[in-house]
Amino acid sequence: MKVLVAVKRVIDYNVKIRVKPDGSDVDLTNVKMAMNPFCEIAVEEAVRLKEKGVATEVVAVTVGPKAAQEQLRTALALGADRAIHVESDERVESLGAAKALAKVVEKEAPQLVILGKQAIDSDNNQTGQMLAALTGMAQGTFASEVEVEGETLKVIREIDGGLQTVSLKLPAVVTTDLRLNEPRYAKLPDIMKAKKKPMDVMTPADLGVEVASRLKLVKVEPPAERQGGVKVGSVDELVDKLKNEAKVIS
Amino acid sequence: MSILVLAEHHDGQLADATAHVVAAAQAIGGDIDVLVAGQDVAAVAEAAAKLDGVSKVRVADSETFAHLLAEPTADLLVALADDYSHVLAAASTTGKNVLPRLAALKDVAQISEIIAVESGDTFKRPIYAGNAIATVQSEDALKVITVRSTAFDAVGQGGSAAIEPVEASIDNSLSSFVGEELAKSDRPELGAARVVISGGRGMGSGENFKILDNIADKLGAAIGASRAAVDAGFVPNDMQVGQTGKIVAPDLYIAVGISGAIQHLAGMKDSKVIVAINKDEEAPIFQVADYGLVADLFEAIPELDSKL
Ligand SMILES: Cc1cc2nc3c(=O)[nH]c(=O)nc-3n(C[C@H](O)[C@H](O)[C@H](O)COP(=O)(O)OP(=O)(O)OC[C@H]3O[C@@H](n4cnc5c(N)ncnc54)[C@H](O)[C@@H]3O)c2cc1C
Ligand SMILES: Nc1ncnc2c1ncn2[C@@H]1O[C@H](COP(=O)(O)O)[C@@H](O)[C@H]1O
Repeated sequence: MKVLVAVKRVIDYNVKIRVKPDGSDVDLTNVKMAMNPFCEIAVEEAVRLKEKGVATEVVAVTVGPKAAQEQLRTALALGADRAIHVESDERVESLGAAKALAKVVEKEAPQLVILGKQAIDSDNNQTGQMLAALTGMAQGTFASEVEVEGETLKVIREIDGGLQTVSLKLPAVVTTDLRLNEPRYAKLPDIMKAKKKPMDVMTPADLGVEVASRLKLVKVEPPAERQGGVKVGSVDELVDKLKNEAKVIS
Repeated sequence: MSILVLAEHHDGQLADATAHVVAAAQAIGGDIDVLVAGQDVAAVAEAAAKLDGVSKVRVADSETFAHLLAEPTADLLVALADDYSHVLAAASTTGKNVLPRLAALKDVAQISEIIAVESGDTFKRPIYAGNAIATVQSEDALKVITVRSTAFDAVGQGGSAAIEPVEASIDNSLSSFVGEELAKSDRPELGAARVVISGGRGMGSGENFKILDNIADKLGAAIGASRAAVDAGFVPNDMQVGQTGKIVAPDLYIAVGISGAIQHLAGMKDSKVIVAINKDEEAPIFQVADYGLVADLFEAIPELDSKL
């Protein structure tokens, strides 16, 4: 079966962002960018399915600026067979991304689409669910285990109270949680090989969709700073402060 | 404006989160209906009818809605949404699973995890792990919104809303429920606890987490964890606090053997008082802690236990 994996270019997860002084957005100039960590898990899962002989082809897709081709190359280095770049310089959010991805799904007809559960920039946690809705597919969100069982997909999901197991009709959409797998690192020879793997480039207009966010970003501001606290010298002092200063225990 | 709130419930009981979401609905203003979807949910509907500010509770009681799977629940919301200007749910794993599906089916954006209401179409929400707060405005006719429960004080329970059944024939051939493994605990729920004590990689093992039990008992605390502690298999996933886990804002948060990565801070830095116990005095957790204790947790925790 064919597996489609959606990857997003985001700020590297180790970077602490700054808000632009004019409050229009966060400042991403000269900031290290990377593949969204949940997308790395999605690519890894697809590649493992191929290694197990379950998947026959892994196609990576992104919607975003030219520079997002770096993340597609990373996906190719990690084991994807080919890539699709839907190029757009607009501010793309989940609904727009899901619409473009839905068109790609229509063309490619994958049996399984794997996305991250959440992009760590917008923290939206929407695209997979939206894609499933737009394509009429079942969704297995926040997956910590995925198994193809003939015409169905068993997904163990991380939910607030613990774990839930669902069975989905294929084709289906899965979004990855942290415990699904531990992504590998790309090896140098694979990075070299990835440069030669095919990449299709198209525009949202080619697909007949609009991807620009319809949510207006009115303002971006830094969060309220916490006042720096104090170090206490002993457990006794800690208990005393909690009782008599903070008054949070009695 | 008229607002539909999707009720959250577990084990036949209305979850606390719903009263917080109703509070967010009140901040928007207008008529507030609550939708209780599920199987055998009469008691949930009665509890929802008592929430202040609710005009009507609509009940969809059917096997199809047991476990609130996303596919049928979103279809149900689509069937009802035309009566409303806003649909709200908690930013729980249920709300996050269902609402984007509704939004896409209605061709509208979703506004995730709001922490403040500026007006009926403008909301504040954290982005980049809470390192920035965005104000966003929606021009869509229907606003589909998930709500961070800890950001809104729960409404009271003096209401007496009408309860009426929803007639909707929804079926689901896409997905089915197979089973679940729910953590059982006598402790308060993480998201609702007044005190939370969390352990990180520094705890060393799942066995060692037990040294937090006594303190949690004495303080009536819930126990949480960092991602590293969950990934290492010390404790189950539902205990993870952070950007991609649970968001908590208790009166007192005690971080034990946790370094304070931004992803962890995103889930707890709105706590009223933060205590950090860590043997590394350079650990970033101390930058947000009101009271920091540089100590080996295996000495400090038993001592703290004995002195409470
Ligand atoms: C996409 C993504 C999402 C993530 N989401 C989350 C999330 O939701 N929640 C989350 O927590 N993390 C999350 N993380 C992980 C995060 O980046 C950190 O890796 C994690 O929080 C570290 O956990 P920790 O503090 O327990 O471990 P470490 O960083 O290893 O820190 C352990 C600490 O314990 C201290 N220690 C060790 N032994 C002792 C002792 N005997 N006594 C006292 N102190 C001791 C050490 O000094 C150290 O500071 C996410 C990461 C990514 C990439
Ligand atoms: N612009 C995009 N291009 C490709 N995939 C995306 C894009 N935006 C979101 N996704 C996918 O959807 C997941 C969740 O993102 P979100 O729902 O926006 O938080 C990401 O981990 C990606 O797999």
